[in-house]
Amino acid sequence: MSSERPSRLFRNMSAKIAAIPMALTALVVFLGGTAWTVAYSFTKSKLLPKWDLVGLDQYERLWSTKRWMVSIENLAVYGAGMLVLSFVLGFVLACLMDQKIRFENTFRTIMLYPFALSFIVTGLIWQWILNPDFGIQHIVRSAGWESFTFDPLYTADWAIFGVMLAALWQGSGLVMVLMLAGLRGIDQEIWKAARIDGIPAWKIYVMIIIPMMRPVFITALVLVTSGIIKVYDLVVAQTSGGPGLATEMPAKYVYDYMFRAQNLGQAFAASTMMLLAVMIVVIPWAMMEFGGKRRG
Amino acid sequence: MADVYTTAPAKVEPMLQGPTGRKPRKALTRGNIMLYGTLIVVSLYYLLPLYVMIVTSLKGMPEIRVGNIFAPPLEITFDPWVKAWAEACTGLNCDGLSRGFWNSVRITVPSVVVSIAIASVNGYALANWRFKGANTFFTILIFGAFIPYQVMLYPLVILLREIGLYGSLTGLVIVHTIFGMPILTLLFRNYFSSLPEELFKAARVDGAGFWRIYFQIMLPMSLPIFVVAMILQVTGIWNDFLFGTVYTKPDSWPMTVQLNNIVNSTQGVKEYNVNMAATLLTGLVPLVIYFASGKLFVRGVAAGAVKG
Amino acid sequence: MTQMNAMTPLEPSVSDPSVSIRSLDLSFGAVKVLQNLNLEVSRGEFLVLLGSSGCGKSTLLNCIAGLLELTGGQIHIGGQNVTWAEPSERGIGMVFQSYALYPQMTVEGNLSFGLKNKRMPKAEIAERVKRAAGILQIEPLLKRKPAALSGGQRQRVAIGRALVRDAEVYLFDEPLSNLDAKLRADLRVELKQLHQALGNTMIYVTHDQVEAMTLADRIAIMRGGKIMQLGAPHEIYHNPRSKYVAGFIGSPAMNFVEGRLEGGTFHCALGSLDMAGYAFDRPQDGPAWLGIRPEHVAPFDIAAHKPIQRQARIDLVDPLGSETLARVTVEGLSLWVKIDGETEVRAGQTMPVGFSPERVHLFDKDSEARL
Repeated sequence: MSSERPSRLFRNMSAKIAAIPMALTALVVFLGGTAWTVAYSFTKSKLLPKWDLVGLDQYERLWSTKRWMVSIENLAVYGAGMLVLSFVLGFVLACLMDQKIRFENTFRTIMLYPFALSFIVTGLIWQWILNPDFGIQHIVRSAGWESFTFDPLYTADWAIFGVMLAALWQGSGLVMVLMLAGLRGIDQEIWKAARIDGIPAWKIYVMIIIPMMRPVFITALVLVTSGIIKVYDLVVAQTSGGPGLATEMPAKYVYDYMFRAQNLGQAFAASTMMLLAVMIVVIPWAMMEFGGKRRG
Repeated sequence: MADVYTTAPAKVEPMLQGPTGRKPRKALTRGNIMLYGTLIVVSLYYLLPLYVMIVTSLKGMPEIRVGNIFAPPLEITFDPWVKAWAEACTGLNCDGLSRGFWNSVRITVPSVVVSIAIASVNGYALANWRFKGANTFFTILIFGAFIPYQVMLYPLVILLREIGLYGSLTGLVIVHTIFGMPILTLLFRNYFSSLPEELFKAARVDGAGFWRIYFQIMLPMSLPIFVVAMILQVTGIWNDFLFGTVYTKPDSWPMTVQLNNIVNSTQGVKEYNVNMAATLLTGLVPLVIYFASGKLFVRGVAAGAVKG
Repeated sequence: MTQMNAMTPLEPSVSDPSVSIRSLDLSFGAVKVLQNLNLEVSRGEFLVLLGSSGCGKSTLLNCIAGLLELTGGQIHIGGQNVTWAEPSERGIGMVFQSYALYPQMTVEGNLSFGLKNKRMPKAEIAERVKRAAGILQIEPLLKRKPAALSGGQRQRVAIGRALVRDAEVYLFDEPLSNLDAKLRADLRVELKQLHQALGNTMIYVTHDQVEAMTLADRIAIMRGGKIMQLGAPHEIYHNPRSKYVAGFIGSPAMNFVEGRLEGGTFHCALGSLDMAGYAFDRPQDGPAWLGIRPEHVAPFDIAAHKPIQRQARIDLVDPLGSETLARVTVEGLSLWVKIDGETEVRAGQTMPVGFSPERVHLFDKDSEARL
């Protein structure tokens, strides 16, 4: 038996060894990799990273590049649309699902299955359905309405909504499931009390349920938003960014400059901007979620 | 009290005035029609695309050109499926999606095993063996889950090149292990924290060490969470596109990358039925997992949603 | 058996210490959970750590078990300094509130897990498991999984898991709290018999004063990470050293009357009471509390024999069968009185009550220490 205090370093040695992969990932890849990318965004690296500082040149070029500006604009439209639509659709569906309906499992299975599919598969499916020569437009026209036009993927002004339609199909089931879990987490006695008090259902939702579901809304908001900023595969599969620049996205901008245009500095600057955008969303959330309650 | 009880049956009869018994229920109230009507319409939005794909993949090209995409096939043909699996071309290779399928299997299986093994031990160490600095690493890790992958793509290319694994399957397995770590570690840490702490204490008193407690006490109690983690990882890795393009060579492209190349290649005549069959083939693995796992998938999704 | 004289925690004096805790400190960050705590437990003693939740009793037990790392101080078990030893090297066995049985192992597996970890020969493991199972009468359950056992059976297995270790000290962390009242009483008796049969040192944490009074050789009453009083149950009950201990032990709780002590007379709402006959520790004039247990407030004709008598109105009656508790008002003060079960009383009735100064407890108003 040891009467001396063992060295602190060797206490729980196995646990520390087991945590080495985590420590390496956190320090080398997440911290180190991010710092590296940010640092090299201030260089004029082209085909290969080169430590040749040029200050904010890459950022100036980035913000004066039309493709980047359009990408940001597209992301803003897509993001706003996705947020509003997926929240409304998700919440309404969750409320409907919460009415003690029959076949709840079946409905949930139907609404969530697209989430199991990859963005590539999703993009290709909707490319086919929105194909003007075969898809919805073709069917309505052949039913007699000859002037009917519905070809979002081939009209620059509407293409982004075609992408949104597919993204909503893939992801709204998840929002519904999260919201349903939130609704189920609310004390059932609130409903009983409200019924005895004779308060109409819509009023309970607006006045009581929605305020109580704040944590779920915030979680869903963070998830949907960080998903929006990362959107890449879907666009690649469904539209390849077209027609023209109509569905270009920042993530695609980064990839194309990094591996196609061989302009690393631009890619790093663009990805640093993406990081900044995510941090603006995530840091306040993390401070709210974990900052207040941390205790020794 | 006793008096009322014994004489109750006689007294009840005259009291039975007004509504009694079960309230008559109407199945087809207006509210119900609205409710189920909405749900069915919404279900169509989710289901029709799948239906269209299946139908299209079973038609011949001539039928597709003249008919409409919602019509069931007049003549069912499995040729598109065979062609998609064995003959479709990506670049110079014309051996179909089967190549991508087996590549995806070779990528997914080791990635799932390695990432879960490492993350479960991590989660266990964090939940039960708190040591200095552990929480710092964990916080960085969780923040890492939100960093756009684009930020870390290139540094990882360099790292992998330095250790000679860039473009290899092992390299991609490492990448999947790294990017799966935040969410899986969180999943396992939360699960192990939810197990009674006294059990861990009892094992310590019984003289069991780090690994013995992990293998003999924790593992046998954690089957459900391992299944959830597996569902999460298999679908996530199978569906990956970005890492597949960045970190592999065309020979070892996963199925998603190959699919995108087949369908979006500009050369030749578009064979929509083959494309749809190929798309379905790619979606098949996650779909089978989804339908087979039911509620566990929902649990995994709720936990894995952080992955974004 | 144990010393009946007053013992303060700072003067440990035990002839043959089995467990000895010396100036133990424990803090989580800035929060000090245990402060300069000293405790000696003699070999073969049944010591109960008693207190309300958050008083540090379970924390202290976890420190003894080695499941929490100390901030300062020492712990000796069986004459050896085990302050930095692993839990399994300390010569302890432990029983937990939630039983903490390994769910995937059979009862036999649960009992032998610790011994296998020690690489004990198979024959000896079998021998020890058999003996422990015999003592606890769980032989028929050996092949079952914990999920197939009742609460009482699970707790026996948990005790068995501690027994097979043949430890110097057995630690119990609220082992009966998860059981229903009837089973709890049965197992309490069995635990007492077990202690008599084995003669090991046992340290037992509980918040249940009945368990503490019935099981303990000595009780340590804890509050805010400190031991308020350490002594035999009889001592604790009849000679509480502070108002907190006096109010904590006993059900219903002791009645307290606020007043002033001046030259052997206590002035309060009941009038001026002559304290002649009270065994003063350190008479000190000034604001004070007078405490009296409900069973020491005599009702009806017994009251006539007491030096202090008053008229009381009964507000509330709690008939418990063997006795009756009455909430009464005397001179505007509310008191609990214990009346024997046969006398019938009703709310609204008046009755004489009386008590004698020998039976009261006086505490200083500020320090709450016994006067």
